[in-house]
Amino acid sequence: MLRYIVRRLLELIPTTIGILVLTFVLFNVVGGSSAEVVLGKNATKASIEAFNKRYGYDKPLIVNTKSGESFFDSQFFHFVANVAKGEFGVSTEHREPVLDVLKRGVGPSLSLTVPMLVGGTLLGLSLALGCAALRGSAFDRSVLVMSTVLMSVNYVVWVLAGQFFLAFKMRLFPVWGYESAFYIVLPAMIGVLSSLGVDIRFFRTAVLDEIYKPYVRTARAKGLSRTKILVKHVLRNSLIPIITFISLSIPYLFTGSLLLETFFGIPGLGSVSLNAINSADLAVVRAVVLLGALLYQVVNLVTDLAYAALDPRVRLG
Amino acid sequence: MKSLWNRLSVGGKLCLVVIAAYFLCAAWGGIRSARARWADATPSYNVVDENARYQPPSAEHWMGTDNLGRDVSARLVQGAWISFQVGIGTSLIAIPLGVLLGLLGGYFGGKVDSIVVWLCATVASMPGLLFILAISLIAGKGILGILLGIGLTTWVGVCRTIRAEVMKHRDRAYVQAARVLGYSHLRIMFRHILPNVAHLILIQFSIRFPGSVSTEVFISFLGIGVQGEPSWGVMINNARLRLWQGIWWEMTAVTCAIFILVLVFNHLADELRDILDPALRNERN
Repeated sequence: MLRYIVRRLLELIPTTIGILVLTFVLFNVVGGSSAEVVLGKNATKASIEAFNKRYGYDKPLIVNTKSGESFFDSQFFHFVANVAKGEFGVSTEHREPVLDVLKRGVGPSLSLTVPMLVGGTLLGLSLALGCAALRGSAFDRSVLVMSTVLMSVNYVVWVLAGQFFLAFKMRLFPVWGYESAFYIVLPAMIGVLSSLGVDIRFFRTAVLDEIYKPYVRTARAKGLSRTKILVKHVLRNSLIPIITFISLSIPYLFTGSLLLETFFGIPGLGSVSLNAINSADLAVVRAVVLLGALLYQVVNLVTDLAYAALDPRVRLG
Repeated sequence: MKSLWNRLSVGGKLCLVVIAAYFLCAAWGGIRSARARWADATPSYNVVDENARYQPPSAEHWMGTDNLGRDVSARLVQGAWISFQVGIGTSLIAIPLGVLLGLLGGYFGGKVDSIVVWLCATVASMPGLLFILAISLIAGKGILGILLGIGLTTWVGVCRTIRAEVMKHRDRAYVQAARVLGYSHLRIMFRHILPNVAHLILIQFSIRFPGSVSTEVFISFLGIGVQGEPSWGVMINNARLRLWQGIWWEMTAVTCAIFILVLVFNHLADELRDILDPALRNERN
């Protein structure tokens, strides 16, 4: 087990370097200096140069090969050092450190995304189990057709239609705001519905992959009831792909939902990111992208280690 | 190709017919806008008519007019053209990239494969939509930004599928025979293995297309995508505010147009996967 943990930790290094390089190339090399955004279009050349000098945009990009200067005195290594220190720069929109802006958004985002994940998984999984139990039946077929239809409705349309019909026309829910738990209900419902199609199809395939295995036949021959086999044997074994599927969405719990938060006025990371995109506040966008990617690594690591602890085939294979 | 058509169900054939109809509309839209640009005239979908604002559907304007009196059906056709540009354009970036890397990784294995896996893992870690939005924003708002944003992030799925399949083929007899005959690695990869995994490319294309179209709608809806042209996302955003005042036709038309195109493509993708991927066929039935 220890060997597996060490190997898995070592695997983090190249991917993390890759993430840092990719983010750096996109935002710092292609995106370039934000001098014009901050100082405005009428900034003088001298003030832009001063800005670039102050924030280190005048340094070499990847490595410093000038004699007499440190090899690591480059934009890339300063970027990495700042990330390690948790310094993601200053938001041009909010005029405060990016991390402070992000910290405020995590709570509201989680209050929306966690109910969405739990509700969506329970609903999708129970429908998928129903499909698997009654496979080929009218129920199975209609759920399958429905899931293709649900999948094909554009996400934007889900949000607009939900808000227009349920909140504006029928007045069942508040249209906008973040004051009590009730304000979460409609956006969470829309979030669940918009991803339900994909969820059902994935869960159904995962369950059906198990249902033809010999142990199911054995259990049937022993005289166990269908329900008991489905819940106690099949579901347990199909949990591996299902948990992987769910764990992949965990980083997105923190980064929140771009559209739902913006349209329902939830002050989470999703609406913060979308605002940042709209106002070209690249420091904030970069921080969310980078932290999201790093979080993905951590979640992946934890999932893999959990498998290794539970399933000896993983750590020995 | 003929046998593929014969193996499609009635529903699948219908989907293909609907897609062909969309394609003709899109092609017509493309020709029309090119001609308008050539003649230096305002294309019909951007002609403003102050006297014909907010007209409900009629014989003259099949799907009504919008807030500037522009014909919704003409704009819808132009939106189809943009969608096809995105669906095909992003595939032209993502599929060659994914196929090339998948072939290299799957065929050579070892260090080459490690690099391919590393590239996939790195790009797959990036938070999807936000990363695409950031690329579109930095590449400059417009269709090129969308093509790059979607194309450069979604090759991972293609690459993983192709790589896994090539790995199965690497040690088959026909590949060994080609090696014994002294063929170069490039020739074996592209002339021998690639045709055997080509069906996966078709499946991947049919899966990617509706996904890219939906993403483009999302990006353009947010105002970071196509500028000045009636992309479906732009149209939704335009119709959104008037919907609250009871102007329903623009929203209905554009929503249905997107829904039908994405639905038929999703269904076709399912059928193609069932027909072309025998491993899956056995499991499903």
